Amino acid sequence: MILALAFFIALLVLWEGAKALGGDPWRFGDPAVGNEIVYTPPFQWQIASDLSLPHVWRIWEALAAPVQRQQEQSLAAFLVGAALYTGREAALGFFVGGFVGLGLAAVFVHSRLAERAFMPYVVASQTIPILALAPLIAFAFGNGVVGIVIVASYLTFFPVTIAQLRGLTSPDPRALELMRSCAASRWTIFWKLRMPASLPYLFAALKIAATASIVGAIVGEGNPGGSQFGLGRSILNFNEQYGSAPEKLWAAVLASSLLGIAFFLIVRTAEVFALRNRPGSVAA
Amino acid sequence: MTNPSDAPIGPRTDVVTIAGVSKVFDAGAGQTRALETIDLAIAPGEFVSLIGPSGCGKSTLLRLIGDLTEPSAGSVTVNGKPARQARLDRDYGIVFQAPVLFDWRSVEANVALPLEIKGVSGTERDRRVQEMLGLVELRDFAGHYPYQLSGGMQQRVSIARALALQPSILLMDEPFGALDEMTRERMNAEVQRIWQQTGTTVVFVTHSIPEAVFLSSRVVVMSPRPGRIVRVIDVDLPRPRTDDTRETERYFALITEVRETLRGRRDDDPLSKGRVASMPRTLAEGSVG
Amino acid sequence: MVVFVAVLGIWEGVVAALHLQQFILPRPSAIAAALVSEWPALQRAAANTLYEAIGGLLIGVTAGVLTAFAVARWRRVREAILPIAIGASAVPIIAAAPIMSNWFGILNPFAKMAIVILLVFFPMLVNVVRGLSEVDESAVELMRASAASEGQILRKLRLPNALPYFFTGLKICTTLSLIGAVVAEYFGGSDEVLGRVIVQSSSRLRFDITWAAITVVALSGITMYILAVAIERIVIPWHASQRSRGT
Repeated sequence: MILALAFFIALLVLWEGAKALGGDPWRFGDPAVGNEIVYTPPFQWQIASDLSLPHVWRIWEALAAPVQRQQEQSLAAFLVGAALYTGREAALGFFVGGFVGLGLAAVFVHSRLAERAFMPYVVASQTIPILALAPLIAFAFGNGVVGIVIVASYLTFFPVTIAQLRGLTSPDPRALELMRSCAASRWTIFWKLRMPASLPYLFAALKIAATASIVGAIVGEGNPGGSQFGLGRSILNFNEQYGSAPEKLWAAVLASSLLGIAFFLIVRTAEVFALRNRPGSVAA
Repeated sequence: MTNPSDAPIGPRTDVVTIAGVSKVFDAGAGQTRALETIDLAIAPGEFVSLIGPSGCGKSTLLRLIGDLTEPSAGSVTVNGKPARQARLDRDYGIVFQAPVLFDWRSVEANVALPLEIKGVSGTERDRRVQEMLGLVELRDFAGHYPYQLSGGMQQRVSIARALALQPSILLMDEPFGALDEMTRERMNAEVQRIWQQTGTTVVFVTHSIPEAVFLSSRVVVMSPRPGRIVRVIDVDLPRPRTDDTRETERYFALITEVRETLRGRRDDDPLSKGRVASMPRTLAEGSVG
Repeated sequence: MVVFVAVLGIWEGVVAALHLQQFILPRPSAIAAALVSEWPALQRAAANTLYEAIGGLLIGVTAGVLTAFAVARWRRVREAILPIAIGASAVPIIAAAPIMSNWFGILNPFAKMAIVILLVFFPMLVNVVRGLSEVDESAVELMRASAASEGQILRKLRLPNALPYFFTGLKICTTLSLIGAVVAEYFGGSDEVLGRVIVQSSSRLRFDITWAAITVVALSGITMYILAVAIERIVIPWHASQRSRGT
């Protein structure tokens, strides 16, 4: 936590440091209005200009200002709404993909036949770059949420299937013999041994899937024929206003990052809680 | 609870009857003969150790008794029924070299596992768990998790778990092989106490001659692959055996006897075959299958 | 292979028999036809996209490895950097694609390359740092016992130990780089790239071309992955047995 804060501050220092060394002349308020120059950096780097790298406080101000000239809603409120929208799509895809992966792994672990028959297709499915298919899927399912959920769940199910299958087969053979010696049924072995033993593997995959589902949702929205709302759409819209208001695009990108990190942290918190009595099984 | 006495000779119903059992493993191109025509009978309340060089099939024999693997020939009868039925009736408790505790379960919940599987619930389950934890003297650690315990304590939990269903036979596969010598001797005394308190029949696989002699009513000495019973040695040391027992002459004599049997008498030695035939406890009607 | 042909056959048959919406899921034969007729354009697009992907991959991997060497030397720095690098994987970096376009110019291939660099940098860093630091402690003590210098320990122990980790990272990064480049292209830029071909052909309802482009992406991705595996086999043949178990 302290580490994250320190990193965040370091990032801010680096950011404003670059602006202090090679940015445009510093002014208070809107630079377009032409306020008085308070400070002139020694160099002029294009990458640190106000257009490329707006001042942190400009982004902050933009968050409080209205999204559009005529509207009351602030950019911050707008982005929170967009993030909730995108987050909902990603979460839906995450759960659908997660359950498909859990189900497939549960079937595969009990049936060599099913595993040998279907596993190659699960692996082959990953040779199709689903993100490259996003425009197509978005088109096929109209402007709705469905297409985006499909992309997000497709990105989720693969890592979950693979990791969960490995997790379900991870118990010590002697633990299985122990269950046999108690005449435990397959059902009991599954719920009392295989499932708990698989959790560390499952969570490792869910952390990957959490980010992937967000990326899937943003890319799905960002395409022509994609969604009207959400962060992906906002990024495209604000991209067109970049020339006049770069801080809006920056704010949208930051919102996307925060959403990704929030998803990741939710899964990680669940992981830490679920594995609290198993030190050493939580990977960093 | 019966009070087990060593080696009661005379008419009885055996807990385990192994008759003409062989085990062949298919390993790729060739076959490995792990066990060859084993005959052995174990009486109620006995403590029987299986000892022999690595790869002599002593663990396989243990697993055959527990129906964790099936014999290629011959039959294993436990409590008068096939081993499979005995397993389904939950007549076994089993302890491995590693504790094999479920690290997501507390000590208490680990001991409760077999009871849960059997469907024992509520207060009865709690009572049995407490009883077992008392038996291995771990009541104070009921809420701890495996990672918080030492190796010896973990093994005690696994013994408590194995005894939770009050099995008529306890199978132990080198349970203290991973422990240091001091802990091992303490655990040996512990196992003797538990055995005397519960009256359970124990089949105990070990590499350690002193351990086998200290614990057992009888020591079954096995030959290298293919595993055969070379000799069965009765251990007539008085119970309860204590640290003082480890310093008696009889103890040393028995250790020497086991060691010499292990070293000298291979299956190509006609002497050992004669001994097998004259063993008091092998079945007369040995050649089934 | 037989299965693959059979799947294509069934696909062809089902689409034809059910008169499925041709435009969303064209028959394999239609895709093959588009692949042939559009080949000059697809070839140019693939060359441009691969330039971005491979360029970004090389720069990102190099930067990741160099940073890993710098970081792994000091335990404290390593412990501070690792969680951040892992956390960075939670950031949807692709969302920054428009910013890169604004930085480097929308037609500049480096704008896409920059996204690829960011995408591959962190997984590479994490893997190599782990490989350099997760060394068997007794092996280190063995080296110390024979009075090996830190440099010798690095060369003879840490480096070989890190190689399997490096290749694990490289295999992840090859796929990541191509997808990253294609998706970054969605957010605007030159039209002669695979990402734009996919977007534009699908908005013109020419799904046969879309699928042809997707086929090119998939084949390029598989080829890059196989290349990475081949290099791995040559460089660390001794690790072959462990690899099939580990990953």
